Amino acid sequence: MATYDFVFSSLGLEDWCSDGQSDAPMSMAALLQKTKGTDAEAESLWDLPFPSMDALNESCAAFPKSRELTKGLEEGFLSIKDSLSVVLDPLTQPLSWFLDGTLYGMLNTPWWIVIPALLAVVFVVTKSWKLVGFVAGSLVLLAFIDYYQYAMETLSIIFVCAFLCVLLGVPIGIAMSRSDMMQRLTIPVLDMLQTLPPFVYLIPLIFLFSVTESKLYGIAIILYAIVPVIRLTNLGIRLVDKDVIEAADAFGMTSQQKLFKVQIPLALPNIMAGVNQTIMMSLAMVVIASLVSAPGLGVLVLQGIRNLELGVGLVAGLGIVILAVILDRVTKASLARINASQKQ
Amino acid sequence: MDRDIKISIRNLYKIFGPIPDVALAYVRRGMGKAELLEKHNHVLGLQDINVDMREGEITVIMGLSGSGKSTLIRHLNRLIEPTAGEIEVDGKNVLNFDEDGLRKLRREQMSMVFQKFALLPHKTVLENAGMALLVRGHTVRDFEDEAKKWLARVGLEGNENQYPHQLSGGMQQRVGIARALASNSPVMLMDEAFSALDPLIRSDMQDLLLELQEELKKTVVFITHDLDEALKLADHLVILKDGHIVQQGEPQEILMHPNDPYITDFISDINRARVLRVRSVMAKTTEPPADCAGDISDRDNLESVIARSEGDTDLVYRVVKKGNQVGILEMKELVKALVPVDASEGDNRSRY
Ligand SMILES: Nc1ncnc2c1ncn2[C@@H]1O[C@H](COP(=O)(O)OP(=O)(O)O)[C@@H](O)[C@H]1O
Ligand SMILES: [Mg+2]
Repeated sequence: MATYDFVFSSLGLEDWCSDGQSDAPMSMAALLQKTKGTDAEAESLWDLPFPSMDALNESCAAFPKSRELTKGLEEGFLSIKDSLSVVLDPLTQPLSWFLDGTLYGMLNTPWWIVIPALLAVVFVVTKSWKLVGFVAGSLVLLAFIDYYQYAMETLSIIFVCAFLCVLLGVPIGIAMSRSDMMQRLTIPVLDMLQTLPPFVYLIPLIFLFSVTESKLYGIAIILYAIVPVIRLTNLGIRLVDKDVIEAADAFGMTSQQKLFKVQIPLALPNIMAGVNQTIMMSLAMVVIASLVSAPGLGVLVLQGIRNLELGVGLVAGLGIVILAVILDRVTKASLARINASQKQ
Repeated sequence: MDRDIKISIRNLYKIFGPIPDVALAYVRRGMGKAELLEKHNHVLGLQDINVDMREGEITVIMGLSGSGKSTLIRHLNRLIEPTAGEIEVDGKNVLNFDEDGLRKLRREQMSMVFQKFALLPHKTVLENAGMALLVRGHTVRDFEDEAKKWLARVGLEGNENQYPHQLSGGMQQRVGIARALASNSPVMLMDEAFSALDPLIRSDMQDLLLELQEELKKTVVFITHDLDEALKLADHLVILKDGHIVQQGEPQEILMHPNDPYITDFISDINRARVLRVRSVMAKTTEPPADCAGDISDRDNLESVIARSEGDTDLVYRVVKKGNQVGILEMKELVKALVPVDASEGDNRSRY
């Protein structure tokens, strides 16, 4: 007999328990115990099990086991999945197109157009020849060791996801900065998104969307990476000098003029710091998302782990580091340029 | 003093806190600022303020920090909503304005200059100067000439394309003034506009303001905690303490007849010879003095008269205004006037 029999007997629930017993299959542990024939009565206080679901189930077969809880969750999720998909699928379909389109475009444009175009972008946002040289060297190195395609896949995904993060995150941050209520409601969600380990996001997403669709990893990356840009947009706007806001009011600006001519420009350094973090987090997530079929350098890392191909994994890892440094330097340099132009 | 009243404040109260109306009832029954804060946790910002500000005059509101000066000036363009009372501009109650009306008032009637300049750091000096016009929907090309004109007027020719952080504090405030002037509004609100500046630059800016005022005749509401500045600029001086008006009137009048120990304290340190004018101490008469030592203007300060008399207290001067005698000044009277007066509950406590 199990430890917590007395709970059910004292509550007069034996009948209910034995109802469950008849058809409940025996668990592996119970079977083992039976064959060994250990004596349950000999347990000391030292071995007292916590009255958990499984322990209680031993005393009363009708009591649900912990696996039944998770199963219940699973079934609940699966039962709403279809109706959820009806709504979410069309809503998120453009993301798949966007990702697939960008990947197709990047990979099917010859390298001698893509690399100079990227360098031109770097120059426009940083105005630094040194940085252009560094990026050129890095890209040429990656291309030389035949990692060009993977690197470009990773970059394309980051561009699309970071772009969408900014597109969605900045308005959310602005809304948060304008209403304390909105801020109170949003912050717990952001906290959750930021503290959940990235692997955990993937689980419900895998159930909701098919692994063959690119929007699956797109959504995972966006959910993970959108947090900093929202937070810093909100913070940046809230931190705008009260005196300047007052001047804007005193000269009769409408709230729209105030937003676009004062608040957003003055919050820009913070917003850009958020964009920098968002890009870096996209990169982190795009590697993990290779588990759910995101192409790019992450695939090689995964290959390195699965097939124990040490070299492949290490070089892919190095490629990721190079991309990280490039993205970080370029966004920081453009951030510094913005900062310099609005010194107080 | 027969100019029209431009802004009129009537029985204005402001109480900061969650339920100001309840607190207002206590204040009306005579509760003071400290007690209100302690017992009901509301801050008494302003209490029964009545001021008339005349067109084309500089009205200076003076008081120590925390006396409610900023709160008062922000009521004029309703950056702060009053708890009770009325504010009339050109006879119209500002409190009845809807959002559009209020915006129109802020854009066309009133401009403001701030203690910390409050320029837009990401815009050039030119764009900052034209802010009021930008807000009204003009483009930089439209207002360039106008903004340049005002920048030149405040002494900032050639700085148009710099950014505010490239300028010194004094120059930044010149941009602030140009910004206010370029809005072409008849009323200019200045909240401790010169308090953040070094003494010398501050004096320059005061001169600039007086010079501009001579020409533009705006209705200026100027806030300061500095008595010298107040005396230099004020046509009408309002002295605030803990949210209520202690005394208001012509500055010379307040100097000669302070009605409260608080004001006596305040004015005890100033250089009376420099701020008092001949017209405040002269004896009014058109009889020529028997033994005249010469003519002095009614607007001369006593310091200049002392210098001219070389310390001789037996002299008598004829006081002239625009060529006509308006009084005589005996040096003995002048010397007496240099001793600070005690507060009297005299007849000049009257409201304006
Ligand atoms: N938003 C506010 N909430 C509560 N108290 C305020 C607020 N604004 C001003 N006060 C109080 O009102 C009083 C007057 O403030 P203020 O007008 O800024 O004074 P001054 O400009 O003369 O230094 C002070 O006691 C200040 O603490
Ligand atoms: Mg103040």
